[in-house]
Amino acid sequence: MADAPAIELTGVGRRYGERWALRDATVTVPAGATLVIFGPNGAGKSTLLRVLATLLRPHTGTASVLGEELPRREWAVRGKVGLLAHDALLYRDLSARENLRFHARLHKLGEERAEQLLEATRLLPRADDPVRTLSRGLLQRVAVCRAVLHDPPLLLLDEPRANLDPAAAELIEPLIGRESGRTRVITSHDPVGGLAEADLALGLRNGSQALLGPTSEIDTAAVEALYR
Amino acid sequence: MSRDAARRDAKPMRPTMALLRKDLLLERRAPESIPAMVLFSITTFVLFHFGLGRDEVDGSLAAGVLLVTILFAAILGINRLFVAEHEEGGFDAVLMAPIDRTALFLAKGTALFLFLTLVEVVAVPAFAILLLGPSPWHGLPALIVTLALVNLALSSVGALVAALAIRTRSRDLIVPIVTLPLLVPALIAAARACAPLLAAHGDAWPAAKWLLMLGLYDLVFGLLAYAVFDFLLED
Repeated sequence: MADAPAIELTGVGRRYGERWALRDATVTVPAGATLVIFGPNGAGKSTLLRVLATLLRPHTGTASVLGEELPRREWAVRGKVGLLAHDALLYRDLSARENLRFHARLHKLGEERAEQLLEATRLLPRADDPVRTLSRGLLQRVAVCRAVLHDPPLLLLDEPRANLDPAAAELIEPLIGRESGRTRVITSHDPVGGLAEADLALGLRNGSQALLGPTSEIDTAAVEALYR
Repeated sequence: MSRDAARRDAKPMRPTMALLRKDLLLERRAPESIPAMVLFSITTFVLFHFGLGRDEVDGSLAAGVLLVTILFAAILGINRLFVAEHEEGGFDAVLMAPIDRTALFLAKGTALFLFLTLVEVVAVPAFAILLLGPSPWHGLPALIVTLALVNLALSSVGALVAALAIRTRSRDLIVPIVTLPLLVPALIAAARACAPLLAAHGDAWPAAKWLLMLGLYDLVFGLLAYAVFDFLLED
């Protein structure tokens, strides 16, 4: 694990209109480490991911991602972050292959990278079908391919294994799991699985930080308490 | 690397072509904008036919009917310009890509220009058959030039306003409310340019000043849109 932190947030807040979706988030994630974020619906998990993805600007505090200060140098972060969100971020009338080739062009990559990923996730038999015809699980596999297409050093994963059967979850493990070697920020509602997968845990409730520490020092009861 | 250097390094033409290709592929795969714009144009000509109570129009009246119809048809296309990005979530992935965001403006503007050109290939002959009194042939080359300049104006303003409206809940209202006033100068110049071309025994070419005014409008709004587009996409 390298010394320089991949993420450094100090007092980060973000509001939508008058409502604060995220308040005073302060966390440091070393490069190569995994942060898991717990919290009930509406706690601010997705907002935090979108701030880290440069899609939302923080309204308070300071944020640094991959050594670049946000939002001042957000342009330098783009292309180095992979986001797996609730929406697949795909064009539903295009096929998986067309979607991945399109994103490969945006990231100045060759089309062979798209083929590699389609093969690795066993999507080749359905690669030319419009993604609107794919099941939720297959769609999630395409979304994983899109998120890691450009080999980003930082992955932001919003419930990454949702809709996946155990075999499919195993299939994407080398791409988004710990063995991928990337810094990861994962949102989860599974206290046992989330704590096992991460080095650090952050708990959010009503947009505020309610829990923070190494996963080795946090038990599942503390995480479950966030949901009560 | 400075931001400017990074932008120069980004070479906007390659992402522009990728984005344009994607938009054309989506329209070919699930045609929405072009059929709607064509149908709207023809329906409007029929409505003008009955509304004006005339079998034929010419001169400035013909120019007004043709250009206002194209303008309103363009509003339909502008409203749908970013819909695929918005409804299917692809917008975030594009915003996170390491590209100069003006590539998005160039791609959307070019797509709208091509859509409008295709619509006019059908709508102008339909107008000539349904409403226009004089033969359109004598002024056709000048009409093509004028409509190309009009399409440039609609494309640059349209791409800009569509980007402005895409994140608002009232997109369908904002597009016409903002676009139509901005296009008044272009409409005036285009109508003056087209009037003699659609008149019986009219000139084959309009006064140069109207084409120059249209060209100047295109240049000013094109540069303005190019300059501010990046900021419109900021959160």
